[in-house]
Amino acid sequence: MTLLEVTLLVPLLGGVLLAIVGHRPVAGWINVAVGVVTFGAALAMALEVFADGPQLSPSRMFYIDAFNVYLVVLTAFVGLTTSIFSRPYMRHEVERGRVTDRRLRLYHSMYQCFLFSMLLALSTNNLGVLWVAMELATLTTVLLVSLYRTPEAIEAAWKYFILCGVGIAQALFGTVLIYFAAESKLGAGRDDTLLWTVLHDMAGGSLDPAVITLAFVFLLVGYGTKVGLVPLHNWLPDAHSEGPTPMSAVLSGLLLNVALYALVRVKMLVDASLHTNLAGQLMMGFGLLSFTVAGLFLHRQHDVKRMFSYSSIEHMGLITFGFGVGGPLATFGALLHMTVHSLTKSAIFVTVGHACQLAGTQRIDQIRGLIRTQPAIGWGLLLGTVAIAGFPPFGVFISEFLLLMATMKSWPWLTIPLLAGFGVAFAGLFRHMQRMVFGEPPPGQKPVEANMLPVVVHLALVLWLGLAIPGFLSRWFEQATILISGASPL
Amino acid sequence: MGIASLDLYSQAIVLFAALALFTSFIMLAQARMMPLIFTFAWQGLLLAVVTVLVALVSNHPHLYISAALTFALKVVVIPWLLYRLSVRLGMQYDAEAIAHPTLLLLGGVALVIFSYHVAQSIVHLSGLATRNTIAVSIAIELLGMLLMCARKSAVAQVIGFMSMESGIFFAAVVSTYGMPLIVELGVAFDILVASILFGVFFFHLRDSFGSLDVGQFNRLSEANQSMPLREAAGEPSAGDPA
Repeated sequence: MTLLEVTLLVPLLGGVLLAIVGHRPVAGWINVAVGVVTFGAALAMALEVFADGPQLSPSRMFYIDAFNVYLVVLTAFVGLTTSIFSRPYMRHEVERGRVTDRRLRLYHSMYQCFLFSMLLALSTNNLGVLWVAMELATLTTVLLVSLYRTPEAIEAAWKYFILCGVGIAQALFGTVLIYFAAESKLGAGRDDTLLWTVLHDMAGGSLDPAVITLAFVFLLVGYGTKVGLVPLHNWLPDAHSEGPTPMSAVLSGLLLNVALYALVRVKMLVDASLHTNLAGQLMMGFGLLSFTVAGLFLHRQHDVKRMFSYSSIEHMGLITFGFGVGGPLATFGALLHMTVHSLTKSAIFVTVGHACQLAGTQRIDQIRGLIRTQPAIGWGLLLGTVAIAGFPPFGVFISEFLLLMATMKSWPWLTIPLLAGFGVAFAGLFRHMQRMVFGEPPPGQKPVEANMLPVVVHLALVLWLGLAIPGFLSRWFEQATILISGASPL
Repeated sequence: MGIASLDLYSQAIVLFAALALFTSFIMLAQARMMPLIFTFAWQGLLLAVVTVLVALVSNHPHLYISAALTFALKVVVIPWLLYRLSVRLGMQYDAEAIAHPTLLLLGGVALVIFSYHVAQSIVHLSGLATRNTIAVSIAIELLGMLLMCARKSAVAQVIGFMSMESGIFFAAVVSTYGMPLIVELGVAFDILVASILFGVFFFHLRDSFGSLDVGQFNRLSEANQSMPLREAAGEPSAGDPA
């Protein structure tokens, strides 16, 4: 049994097991244990790939290279730390009566199935299976968004279901078109035409440009909906704010990355067969639009989870923009930003989850004085926000700086909207943050049981990435950058 | 190319594809629930028949599996599920007020013309007997999307969604003789799970909102949220240092 099989099968079997025992007190620990095994296997697999280069499974169904293996590790890691956070959090929700036994079982089972679908999407070599796994990721999470059964949660889940369903249907059509283009070259009757490795080998000039262009537009709309690109972002703040907080953490930190991964994989094909920068320019346009609009929307939020969802849209817009700019430096920056954003954003959602349990509400104007009632949560939120806003010692600063440099080199005029966007987003976050963290705590506000370990670990990693990127990690990013952009940034 | 110059099988394929497109238009303007569900089943049947015909003409036996999947899902399972749910929710005689039916149909016509325009740039690649139908498949997909955008009832939105999915499946059949089997099975599995989830949601919607009209969704709209600062100025809350 290969390490990849372990990485994929363990969450799937864990999901089945938790469907049976998910309501017992031990379920939280099983969830953590499954996360530990998955993460261990993913890490070992990453070391193998790092030493021996890309791996293609014997059936050619799975393909692991430098680009997706680091996302596999990141997904398994954030999945693990969020499951550590989710154990006391969900117990608290059960005590408050917001979640019944049956729903707790559903939650635990779907949590692992969701991780499985993301890992499958990342590791598969078949563009069709990639689509199936992305849709599966929607299906597994839609009932979790509506877990609390409030009218708001139902509305959010319905929007999520319908909008992502429609969006991702466009991606299926794009996949059909790519298959069409490839089949007219390779001949009918082969069953390996949708394999990414096969497509990438033949992409250099032999795929029909008209069909590929059309396919990319459909795929951009489709996977772009899941990335949360404006104007297809409407589902995202609702889904992230109404579901249980551990879901917000994995949705924001992981699902958006996986959708963007799918988009970048397709862009690699399109670039190779078009020899123009069309795909990149489309991504730059959508990315910049998302970045700007989401930054402005930060200012008018009442709900703290909603606010950080808009911040996710803003950062995904920036990363999409970075991949669109192309070139080694921008690609390196975008890859790094994907990592640090995931780590920071899931840490923030973990902290926000505790803060909301502390204050008993998600409304920004009713969360006050966190740092006095429970310093750990207050500091966590403050440092998380500082990190996500891009302050120097943290890794987000480095990646944003790299992206800014790359933009200045190739599109100098676009640095102005970027800088303005950073400023607007910073102001939007801090005008709310300051009063939530400091301020006078309402009378009777008591500390809650909180597990801040995931936050500490994530923020420490982000700080480490900001001070010094370890050598093996930078070589890894470099390999991925060469794979995507064709040249080394160093 | 004149239709008379095609052989009989190809003529039949074009005919049934055109009928499937026609059912899309019927669904667009059909306000009552039961006929809407039955029209959707008819569309599924027509598409399954076209798939069988393509399989016969092109001698691709795995298209029979694809036809069987379409038949099972789009003609049997999903319409039956929707029918049962409508009866259980007591809404089988409901009709929905469609805002601008004429405009909607004209929009549908525009989408069909647009799909022919889009298909023009790609059909030359395909030497298959079925290339006339590529435009029809794109049109069915886009009309499904229009249906979802224009209608406020949850049932109509689900039918629009499934109709889009049918259009894409159909595009795969007529342009490339079907996707690889594993992908088709995966997609069919996803659609099956999605249709069950939709059923679950109908009950949640009715319990929370009293009806399946999603047009009344407005709790989470950005437009309905006041600016935080204005609100803070209006009512100074306790414990606010500002």
